[in-house]
Amino acid sequence: MLGVAVLLTVLRPWLPAGLVRIPEAWLLPWRDWIDVAFEFIRGDREEGRFGLIYITRALSGGLEFILDAVANVLYGKHRWPRIEQLPWPVITGCMAVLGYALGCWRLALLAGGTFLWAALIGQWDLTMETMSVIAVAAPFAFTIGGLLGIWSWKSKRVEETIKPLLLVMQVLPFFSYLLPAVIFFKVGPTAATVATIAYALPPMILMTTLGLKKVSPEVIEAGKMSGCSSWQMLRHVYIPSARTEIMVGLNQVIMLCLAMVVLTAAIGMPGLGAKLLAMMGSFKLGRSLEIGITIVLLAVTLDRLSKAWVVKQPEHFEKGTPWWRRNIYLVVGIASFVGLYLLSWVSQGLSNVNFEDLTWSNAHQYAGGVLDEVKRKQSMTQGRALDGQIKQFLAFDWVQSTTYAIRYFFNNFILIPSEKALLFVPTPAVILAVTALALGLGGFWPGLLALVFFCIVAEFGYWDRAMLTLHSVFMATFFAFLFGAPLAVWAARHEARARRLILLCDTFQTFPSYVYLLPAVMLFGISPVTVIISILIYTMVPVMRYTVEGLRGVPAEMVEAAEMSGATRSQKLWKVQIPLAMPTIAVGLNQALVFAFFMVIIAEFIGTRDLGQEMRKTLAGTHLGWNFVLGFSVVFMALTFDIAINAWAERRRKILGLA
Amino acid sequence: MPSEDTVISCRNVWKLFGPHPEKFLKSMPDGMGYDEIAVAGYIAGVKDVTLDVSRGEMLVIMGLSGSGKSTLVRCLSRLHEITGGTVEVEGTDIGGLSERDLIELRRNKMGMVFQSFGLLPHRTVLENVAFPLEMRGQDRHARRARALEVVKLVGLEGREEYFPRELSGGQQQRVGIARSLAIEPDIWFLDEPFSALDPLIRREMQDEFLRLQEMLGKTIVFITHDFDEALRLADRIAIMKNGAVEQIDTPDQIVLNPATEYVAKFTEEIDKSRVVHAGVLVEEGAHPAGGDPVDAGATIQSLARRIVNDSADTIPVARDGKVIGAMPRAKALNVLLGGAG
Repeated sequence: MLGVAVLLTVLRPWLPAGLVRIPEAWLLPWRDWIDVAFEFIRGDREEGRFGLIYITRALSGGLEFILDAVANVLYGKHRWPRIEQLPWPVITGCMAVLGYALGCWRLALLAGGTFLWAALIGQWDLTMETMSVIAVAAPFAFTIGGLLGIWSWKSKRVEETIKPLLLVMQVLPFFSYLLPAVIFFKVGPTAATVATIAYALPPMILMTTLGLKKVSPEVIEAGKMSGCSSWQMLRHVYIPSARTEIMVGLNQVIMLCLAMVVLTAAIGMPGLGAKLLAMMGSFKLGRSLEIGITIVLLAVTLDRLSKAWVVKQPEHFEKGTPWWRRNIYLVVGIASFVGLYLLSWVSQGLSNVNFEDLTWSNAHQYAGGVLDEVKRKQSMTQGRALDGQIKQFLAFDWVQSTTYAIRYFFNNFILIPSEKALLFVPTPAVILAVTALALGLGGFWPGLLALVFFCIVAEFGYWDRAMLTLHSVFMATFFAFLFGAPLAVWAARHEARARRLILLCDTFQTFPSYVYLLPAVMLFGISPVTVIISILIYTMVPVMRYTVEGLRGVPAEMVEAAEMSGATRSQKLWKVQIPLAMPTIAVGLNQALVFAFFMVIIAEFIGTRDLGQEMRKTLAGTHLGWNFVLGFSVVFMALTFDIAINAWAERRRKILGLA
Repeated sequence: MPSEDTVISCRNVWKLFGPHPEKFLKSMPDGMGYDEIAVAGYIAGVKDVTLDVSRGEMLVIMGLSGSGKSTLVRCLSRLHEITGGTVEVEGTDIGGLSERDLIELRRNKMGMVFQSFGLLPHRTVLENVAFPLEMRGQDRHARRARALEVVKLVGLEGREEYFPRELSGGQQQRVGIARSLAIEPDIWFLDEPFSALDPLIRREMQDEFLRLQEMLGKTIVFITHDFDEALRLADRIAIMKNGAVEQIDTPDQIVLNPATEYVAKFTEEIDKSRVVHAGVLVEEGAHPAGGDPVDAGATIQSLARRIVNDSADTIPVARDGKVIGAMPRAKALNVLLGGAG
C-alpha cells in the first residue's frame, strides 16, 4: 500500500487531475445537507415552526437569570438580587480561608495571593467576569456529567452509545462547540456558559462511570446485606465510595471550564480571555503578560484547591469537642467574610469623606478607598511600562537576530519545504499512506477506520486546509518529541528529578491552552513559526510526562537484572527501559497529537491558513453545516491517529504482559 | 432432612458462571464433572450442594481458594442468584422472594462479615455500625443507642468517632462484626473474617468470636481456608472442592473418618488428639471399668497422661456427670500416637 502511495506521488506530474485532488463535481454538498437537517431540528421562531430552539431559548432564559445573579454578586451587574459587587477583600479573604481549610498555609497563600494579585493589578472585574461563568458552568457540568455517568454505569446500552460520542467530543475543535451554542442560546455569557458546560462534560461522565465501577465488591455486598434499597445503595454506598474519582472529575470539570471560558472570547464573552485576545492582537505584550499571569495563577489556584479537596479525608474529633471547634474553618470563613465586608464598607465611607482638612488625610483616603475597590489609577499595573520594556528587549540586536535566525531557518528549511511536499502528494496517496500506517500500528479495524475517515475528509472538500492542519500538528509533535523526549530520559534517571519534572508538567497542564500562544507571540511575532512553537510548547507537556512515567514505571527487578547482566547505561536504556516504556510513551504521543489538533485550531487567533481560520469565519454567521464539515474534518483526522496508536499501545502492553 | 430446627436448607444448589447458565444446566447430562463443565465453557461455582444448618449451629465451610466456598455463602444470602436447586431460610424459598421481601429479610434476619471488612470509608465507626439500622429507617436516637451497645460489645469503646482508615485491621474487622450484629440477626454469615489479619491478631479475634458466640448463640455459616481455624470453631465442617461438598461432618469424624482422599490429605498433618473428644470414641458394649470417668467433652490430648498411664483396657466416659460408656484405651492411644486409626 505504501508502495502504491509512493508510486502515485512520484508519478504526480503525469496523473490526471482527478487523481491528484477530488474534482469539485464529485464533492457532495455536505454543508447544505447538514444545514437543512439542522434547520429542521432547530425550527423557526419567526415562522412559528416548532423545534429545538424553542426549548433552548426557554432554557437560556433561566440560565441567564442565574448568570445575572452571580454576575451581580461578583462584579456588580445591575440585576437581581442587587447586592452589588462583593468587595475584593471579602472574596480574597474567603479564598484564603478555603485554601487553609483544604490544605495548609501554602494553599492559603496561593489562593489569597492570586486574588490579591488580580485586585492589585487592576484586573478584578475581568477576573470576576471569567469566574462568574465558571461558577455557573462548573456546577452544571458536574451535575449533568455526574448524572450521565451514573446512567451510563447503570445501562450497558447507554454506555455503548455514549462512548464513541465522548471520543468525538474530546477531539472536537472548540469552534464547533461555540457555534451551536451561539445559535441556540443568546450570544454572550449564556452561549459561553453552554459551550463551556458541553466542553467540560466528557471527563466528568467518564470519571463517574469509572469510579462507580471500581467500588469494591465487598463494600457493595456489605451494603446489600445491610438491606439497602437500590436508591440507598446509590446514595449511601456507591457514590460515597466513588468519591475520589468523582472529585477528580470535578477537578477536570473546573479546569476545562477555565480553559474553555477563556476561549469563548471568540464569541464575544468578556473577561480575561477577551482582554488577552485584544491585547495580543494589538501587540501590547506587557499587558498581555499580566493577563496571562492572572490566568495562569487562577488555573493553578483552582487546580490545587480542587485537588486538595480530592485528597481531603475526614478527621474525627474527640468526644465533647464544641461545635465551633468542629467547624472552625466555617466559623473563621464567616467571620472573615463579615469582618472584611464591614471593613471595606467603612473604607468606602472613608473614601467619600472629605479629609482635606486633616493633615494625614491623603494616605487615609488612599488606603480607605482601596479596600472597597481598586480604581484605575490606584492599581499597581506595570503593563504599559512592561509593553515598552518587552519591545525594547525584542529590539536588541542579538535578540532580534536570534529569533529572526530561528524563524528564518524554520520557515525556509523546514516548514515551507515540508508543507509544499505534503501539498504536492496526491490525495489518494495520502489516504493510502495513512491507512497503511494505521493498519501496521493497530491492525485491521484501525486501518479500515483510517481509510473511511480520510476518505470522508477528502470528500468534505477542504483537503488543502486539512493538510495544512495536519502539517502543523505533525511538525509540532515531531519537534516536541525531539526536544521533550531526551529531557524526559535525562530526568527519569533520578527519582527526585523525575518527580520534579512531573510536578512541572502537571502544573503546565493546568494552564488554559490559550496562554501558550503568549510566549510564542512574544518571541516570534505573528508568523507560521509562532503557530508551530506554541503547539510545540503545549504538546511537550504530555510527551515529557508520559515518557518519564513510562521509564519510571519499568519494574525495578528488570532494570536490576539488566544491571547484573552487565549492561551499560545506554544498553540498559535502549534494550530494557525504552522497549518496556514504549506503550506508555505511545499514549503520550497520542495525547500530544490530540493536544496538537486542539491547539492548532486555537492558534488561528494569531493567523493561520488551515481549517481553524476557515472555522473562525463560520462564527460570523449561522453556517452550522460549514462549521461542522470543518470541525469533523479535524475530528476524523484526530480519531484516526487516536484509535491506531491506542490499539498499538494496548496490543504492545499485552505482549509485554504489562496490562 | 429438614426438621423443625433447620434454619437454612439447601437442596441441589447449582451456581454456574458462563454465557447461558440456566439453559446449559437444563440440558446438562447427569454426572458431569467439574472439568467437563469447564470444557463446555462454564465454571461450576457451586455444584449440586445439599446441606442443612440447624438453629444455633456453627457450620464452617472449608476449602482452598477457588473451591466455591464464598460463592456458596453468597447463594445462601442471595447475593448471587442460583442457577438451580432451592435455598430455604426458615422454610421460605429465598429464590422466590421479591426484591422488597429480600431486603426485609436482610434487614431483620441476616448479618454478614467480609474478608476485607467492606466498611464505608466516609462514615465513622458509629455510623458504619448504625448503617443497617439507618437503612431500615430506625430513628436516630434508637440506632445510636443500639450502635453504641454493639460497639461496646466488640470492645471498641472510645473509638466511636474514628474513621475506618484510622483503625488497625483487627479493629476494622471488629467494626465489621459490630455492624453485622447491629440488627440482631438470627443468621450470621462470616466470609473469611480473619484471613486478612496477621496470625497473632487472628488468634485473638477467634477467641473474641467464640466469646461472642457463647453469649449470642447465633446460627452461623463461617468460611475459612484455614483448617486449624475450622477445627477450632466448628460444630460441623463442610469441606469443598471444585464447587462440590466433599464431606460434611463434625470435626472428630472428619479427622477420624475422612470420606475422600482429598479430605484425608487435609487431615494428614493434623494432630488428631487435639481434635477428637473422648465422647466420640465411646463404643457400645464396652464395659465401664474402674477408675474415675473422664468427661466426654475433653480432647484426647488433654487426657494423654491418663490414657498412657491407665492400665485398664477401657476408660469410663461421662457426660454431664453421668457415665455413658467407655472408650477402648487402644483406640485412644492410636489417636494420640497417630497409629492406624
